[in-house]
Amino acid sequence: MENLEQLVQDGLAAVEKADSLQALDHIRVEYLGKKGVITQQAKTLGKLSAEERPAAGQKINEAKGQVEQAINAKRSELERVAIEQKLASESIDVSLPGRGQDLGGLHPVTRTLQRIEEFFSRAGYTVEQGPEIEDDYHNFEALNIPDHHPARAMHDTFYFNPGTVLRTHTSPVQIRTMEAGKPPFRMICPGRVYRCDSDMTHTPMFHQVEGLLVEKNVSFADLKSTVEEFLRVFFERDLQVRFRPSYFPFTEPSAEVDIEWGREADGSIKWLEIMGCGMVHPKVFEHCGIDAEEYRGFAFGLGVERMAMLRYGVNDLRMFFENDLRFLRQFR
Amino acid sequence: MKFSEQWLREWVNPEISSQELMDQITMAGLEVDGFEPVAGKFQGVVVGEVQSVEPHPDADKLRVCQVSDGNQVVQVVCGAPNVRQGLKVPFAVIGAVLPGDFKIRKAKLRGQPSEGMLCSESELGLSDSHEGLMELPSDAPVGTELSDYLTLNDVAIDVDLTPNRSDCLSIKGIAREVAVLNSLVTEAPQIDPVEAVHSEVPDIRVDAPEGCPRYLGRILRNVNLQAETPLWMQEKLRRSGVRSIDAAVDVTNYVMLEQGQPMHAFDRDEISTGIVVRMARPAEKLVLLDGQEVELTDQTLVIADHEKPIAIAGVMGGEHSGVSPKTRDLVLESAYFDPITLAGKARHYGLHTDASHRFERGVDYELAREAMERATRLLMDIVGGEPGEIVEVASVDNLPKQNQIDLRSKRLADVLGLEINRTTVEEILTRLGLRVDKLLKDGWRIKVPSFRPDISIEEDLIEEVGRIYGYNNLPVTEPTGSLGLRVNEEATRPVSAIQNYFVSHGYQEAVTYSFVDPKVQAQVDPEREGIALANPISSDLSVMRTSLWSGLLKTVAYNQNRQQPRIRLFETGLRFLQDDQRIDQQQMLAGVVVGNQYPENWVNGRRNADFFDVKGELEGLFSLLGVQIDFIASQHPALHPGQTAELLRDGEHVGWLGTLHPQVQKNLELNGTILMFELSLNSVITGYVPNFKEISKFPEVRRDLAIIIGGDVAFADVERVIRKHAGEQLTALRAFDVYEGESLGEGNRSLALSLFWQHPERTLNEDEVHSLFNSVIDALKEELGATLRS
Repeated sequence: MENLEQLVQDGLAAVEKADSLQALDHIRVEYLGKKGVITQQAKTLGKLSAEERPAAGQKINEAKGQVEQAINAKRSELERVAIEQKLASESIDVSLPGRGQDLGGLHPVTRTLQRIEEFFSRAGYTVEQGPEIEDDYHNFEALNIPDHHPARAMHDTFYFNPGTVLRTHTSPVQIRTMEAGKPPFRMICPGRVYRCDSDMTHTPMFHQVEGLLVEKNVSFADLKSTVEEFLRVFFERDLQVRFRPSYFPFTEPSAEVDIEWGREADGSIKWLEIMGCGMVHPKVFEHCGIDAEEYRGFAFGLGVERMAMLRYGVNDLRMFFENDLRFLRQFR
Repeated sequence: MKFSEQWLREWVNPEISSQELMDQITMAGLEVDGFEPVAGKFQGVVVGEVQSVEPHPDADKLRVCQVSDGNQVVQVVCGAPNVRQGLKVPFAVIGAVLPGDFKIRKAKLRGQPSEGMLCSESELGLSDSHEGLMELPSDAPVGTELSDYLTLNDVAIDVDLTPNRSDCLSIKGIAREVAVLNSLVTEAPQIDPVEAVHSEVPDIRVDAPEGCPRYLGRILRNVNLQAETPLWMQEKLRRSGVRSIDAAVDVTNYVMLEQGQPMHAFDRDEISTGIVVRMARPAEKLVLLDGQEVELTDQTLVIADHEKPIAIAGVMGGEHSGVSPKTRDLVLESAYFDPITLAGKARHYGLHTDASHRFERGVDYELAREAMERATRLLMDIVGGEPGEIVEVASVDNLPKQNQIDLRSKRLADVLGLEINRTTVEEILTRLGLRVDKLLKDGWRIKVPSFRPDISIEEDLIEEVGRIYGYNNLPVTEPTGSLGLRVNEEATRPVSAIQNYFVSHGYQEAVTYSFVDPKVQAQVDPEREGIALANPISSDLSVMRTSLWSGLLKTVAYNQNRQQPRIRLFETGLRFLQDDQRIDQQQMLAGVVVGNQYPENWVNGRRNADFFDVKGELEGLFSLLGVQIDFIASQHPALHPGQTAELLRDGEHVGWLGTLHPQVQKNLELNGTILMFELSLNSVITGYVPNFKEISKFPEVRRDLAIIIGGDVAFADVERVIRKHAGEQLTALRAFDVYEGESLGEGNRSLALSLFWQHPERTLNEDEVHSLFNSVIDALKEELGATLRS
């Protein structure tokens, strides 16, 4: 049985020296295969007495187990090394930039509009659209701006012919919505509007959002909360808001809304005009076939570019329509 | 409306600072647009007297003067042409500081010592006038500080009035507001009727009483128009932004600023016989005071004599009948013209005057007589003269009626969201000059004064109460009410989903003008004519776009000129077509792509975008929207004839995709291959709501096929034939290789395809698939002349 001991020693030594999984496999076959040198030792059992056989058989099994364990350990070791080598060879420069399409971006006006629409949608307002080439009736007459009204002069209207204009505000969408439906209404109408005016602070086209709420019981106090809340949400801060009496032909009472925007040199609040609003004028209801005794409403309107300029610090209105990529990319 | 604070405080003088006053009226709805001191900042300027004037020995244009500052007489060298002995002038003494921090020091001018400076108006920041020295009245007390003498501690306040507040186009009106806000009473100058001293009266006939319901005239004989307008009046005019002309014009302007009644003075000798107020006759001509000759329309109300128009009523007088220093007798006009008749008339003639501004907005229709008396008295104080009786021609039927409005306390509370107590409401109304005519059970019957033509309905009164009570003192409450939930149509995607899709595919959204350059539009859409604006802002923004491409291509040019070679833009918006009598305004989605498909990168980022890149992006969009769109080879005048697809949905046109025609590209001076698409948004925005189908548990079978087809056979044809013959269980068909090469023969293409079959309920057997596959091959051979590639 010294031979067995020797075989085990040889086997262990061979395993130790094996430098590949293949070599290890050879060793397994050589020692532990069907014809392996340790396996073959079982043949010697026949020469032994029945009493000796169990002990000798157990020794052979132990010898096999010893070599097999060594082989398994070595295999694990070799596999681990192999993986490590593979990983080492697969290393990449993760600091190189990624590939693929880059991101485009929404126009800042759209971005601003989406925020405004989201606020009012959550408050239950619908988003309505209307034509941009508008008739005189919907743009002026129905909004209580008759032909000779001085307010017409403030509008710098683009005309196609005396009865057809480019809408000067999104207010006609109010009229169209009220004509088409029945109160109550909660709606906003965002969109392009046009004024025949072009200089540092005016572009002939810009965007407005007009809002309208018509209910049986709504007051100027309700209008105040809607406007104040909107402005606080839009600018994401608790800014001061004030309502200043003003005039629009289609609302009465009417107000301009100022927000706190920094401080004057003397420490007093610097106010910035931001939007207009008021209670729907009974004449407007009359034009839409709504009983002004039964329903009341409020309306408000704001310039989208102005909101975007304040929000993003844009200092030149005209940039919105130059569509310079270096400008647009700043808003993605 | 610009006015002097000092002048206002003569009428009503609340104990608040200038700033507080301005804040107060702003918050009452009279928005202060700005203010400025009425003079530049200076010190050390006194009333000086020129005692003698000698020529300068060494300079032709300079004079050597001896000037008294009240204490001493010093020598001053002066170059002004109007310097003369006895003249009283603003005198900046040694040590004085003029606006712009200009210090006055002893100096020598051409060798002559000069101790101080005589000043013009512009040097003191009083006006732009530097036509010589400012001349002070001969009774100006020598040595008095000029700023005290002229009471220059004053600001000119500019109020941006809304068009309804015509009542505040005067000191009287603003004073009334300030009095209401401060619970004070105004102190108006006493106006007494001027007694006539002769019986000459103007002959007045009003032929157009609708346009001129009231006209007053008075003759003032033997005036001296050489007389100088007093300094106090000149100063008030100046601080209100009105230039002093002569006494007659100055007084009429003064009364307009003070009372709000525009007036006019004619030279009686230039009026033939009498005054007729009538509509102009077509093509009548009139030379106006500003020297321009206008041709009048029959819509224009004029003041005429028996021969010719002498003024456009309520707008501007004629040159011929205007007063001059030689005028002996004046005819004064004070009238009420109808706002609607006058609306837009001044603008029609390119004019905008203080008078037209007021008449268009509505002047107090009871004011004319008082203003006439006020003007007569002021004039007589300056130019003397003999007043006659006032002649008034009025048409009661055409005068505005006094408004009587009921204000219900419940309505007031409902609209404002607050119950204001009755006493407060009555106090506010009364102080505004709105008379409570009768107390009603639930409110008030209000008589509206003639100076508030803007108040005609209950809401107007509610606004007045709210405004004076203070909008910011009203409560803030959440709106309550029914909130009906709306149907959210799942099959229709919001436009924002489309916008976001393009953004994530590398497109930048553009917003371009809806009006475009007709020359550019003729290039991209030559077959349709854009609707033209009657009054465009410029020729390159003069027609409405028929396609969003015009604006997008202009944007491409703009960016290519700024070193931006890779441009991917999209836009949504209306395009406008004239469709018989209707205007078709359709929401479109358009895009342009030029330059590298991907941002330049370290692998293969320099490949230009081509047709199939953009087509793939559109296909992705259509998947998102759930719509099936066919791309059919077609022709478009702006697109490359071999690279144009018309997009159809169920056979209906929905848009275009193609490469910009190289000729158009050249004409528009653009670089690179430009891919463009435009779709009608509404045609593609509604898809479907998903409907679950059972997933097959059985294996899928794939067969590949390579065929050679002629150049005139499209992939679409191949697909059609395969789908016809491959049986119901064909689940997918993909092209995985397209090859063109000489070995295939002229124009031929090789197409490698894979076909997939799967049965929902069982495993397909080999024979079935084999037979379907063979029938596909046979059909391709037979119908399209395809050959199998070996």
